[in-house]
Amino acid sequence: MARVQIESEVTGNVWKVEVAAGDAVQEGDVLIILESMKMEIPVEAPEAGKVAELLVAPEDSVEEDQVVAVIETA
Amino acid sequence: MFRRVFIANRGVVARRIVRACSELGVESVAAYSDLDRAAPHVAEATASARLPGYRAADTYVNIERVIAAAKSAGADALHPGYGFLAENPDFASRVAAAGIAFIGPAPDVIRTFGEKTGARRHMEQAGFPVAPGSELIEDERALSAAARRIGWPVMLKPAAGGGGIGMRVARSEAELVAAFASAKALAQGAFGNAAVYLEALLPNPRHIELQMLGDGKRVRCVGERECSVQRRHQKVIEEAPAPGVRSGHLADIGERAVAALEAMGYASLGTVETLLAKRRFAFLEVNTRLQVEHGVTEEVTGLDLVQLQIRLAAGERLDELLPPERAPQGSNRFAVQARIYAEDSRRMLPSTGRLSTYRPPRLTGVRVEAGYAEGQAMTPYYDPLLAKVIGTGPTRELAIGRTLVGVKAFEIRGVDTNRDLLQAILRHPDFLAGKVHTGWLESRLKAAPAPAGAPLLL
Repeated sequence: MARVQIESEVTGNVWKVEVAAGDAVQEGDVLIILESMKMEIPVEAPEAGKVAELLVAPEDSVEEDQVVAVIETA
Repeated sequence: MFRRVFIANRGVVARRIVRACSELGVESVAAYSDLDRAAPHVAEATASARLPGYRAADTYVNIERVIAAAKSAGADALHPGYGFLAENPDFASRVAAAGIAFIGPAPDVIRTFGEKTGARRHMEQAGFPVAPGSELIEDERALSAAARRIGWPVMLKPAAGGGGIGMRVARSEAELVAAFASAKALAQGAFGNAAVYLEALLPNPRHIELQMLGDGKRVRCVGERECSVQRRHQKVIEEAPAPGVRSGHLADIGERAVAALEAMGYASLGTVETLLAKRRFAFLEVNTRLQVEHGVTEEVTGLDLVQLQIRLAAGERLDELLPPERAPQGSNRFAVQARIYAEDSRRMLPSTGRLSTYRPPRLTGVRVEAGYAEGQAMTPYYDPLLAKVIGTGPTRELAIGRTLVGVKAFEIRGVDTNRDLLQAILRHPDFLAGKVHTGWLESRLKAAPAPAGAPLLL
């Protein structure tokens, strides 16, 4: 079991959170959708696992490289 | 003529409108959010009006605040620019109700063209070609029936949409059904309206649009632009005239666009966007506002479209502004515009930060529209357009070359920009040959991913 921290690639705002803590996710599933400069930027699961922590909520602002979620991989 | 124009916008377009007002001898009032206090349009306008806050929802798209600011500034007209509230019919009618002239067409015209199936119906009835498509789709049964009638592949489009946002392509019934729910949710989220419809997906179309001017009685087409170099349905490079399209073919579609807008009593500047595939034009949408790429038409025709837009709103007649005998009759000028965006070309991600260096070049045959001042920040709150570079010349090759030189000479530090991508496009044999379509740029980027640190090649 490994904990993988997922970072935002951009500075922006959280538009939508697509998963809940405890959800099982596959590689490439969209966890969170960020919004920056009128573009939607999806944050995807880098590998399959379970959502351990969601560290942001809609309308939160995020910085580049900020950890936005943690998933536990099998 | 108006006495004082309130500008409900920011950046490159706000500065462009300030310039047109100054040249017309009209006062301008620059609106600004708390992030834009140091922007050049604020310094250059006659007066300014603060819209407190950062987010667009609190500032430039806040209808109450914008109208209150325009009233207390004593404006008798309002220019919405593009984006933000420019195509919001409720805003346009509330501006008029406040006793301020809205610089744009009538609210019901904005509403008709804003609803895409209604716009298609209007254009088709007026004799303008439209691609096979459907009315609004209510349920899955109607969806499948419409798709079978249109033929695969199809595109699911938001009816209240525009600018390419929220569109989904489906190549089979299974894909279509899977895309339906998410397309509706996307449309609801982006436009506050979940209605969607279907249109045939044309094979490798070119985006060609017609610049229109109308005074309520007469409408004139003053030329076309080609805007096929796009990524995420957003234009990157535009030019006039469109290379390699027969002038008779353009004249015919221009006349049809004139007829369609005259039937609507169109009174302002506007653009009829089309897709050209297999030598046939098909209606895309009407934009009832100034466009980002208006400058290439200005460069080849010698017209000032923003001044004309303001004078039409003030009630001047088209035949006086643009006597038929002096109307542009084709041109021996060529113009190419490159949009400099604050984004990483490789990862296609927006880039924020402070503009530690921002120095527009001054070059012969190069028009630069720069929206920022050195030291200002690019923030997540607004769009990523940093500047536009427009090269003009007596040949297409020279116009492209001048644009390339202008993009290279623009010094920007503090954010990532797409200048490397623009240069790669402007040098590409496909672009030089005029052989690009709306999917070209993304297919090139997919085919040739550049390793980090290496020069970007397409």
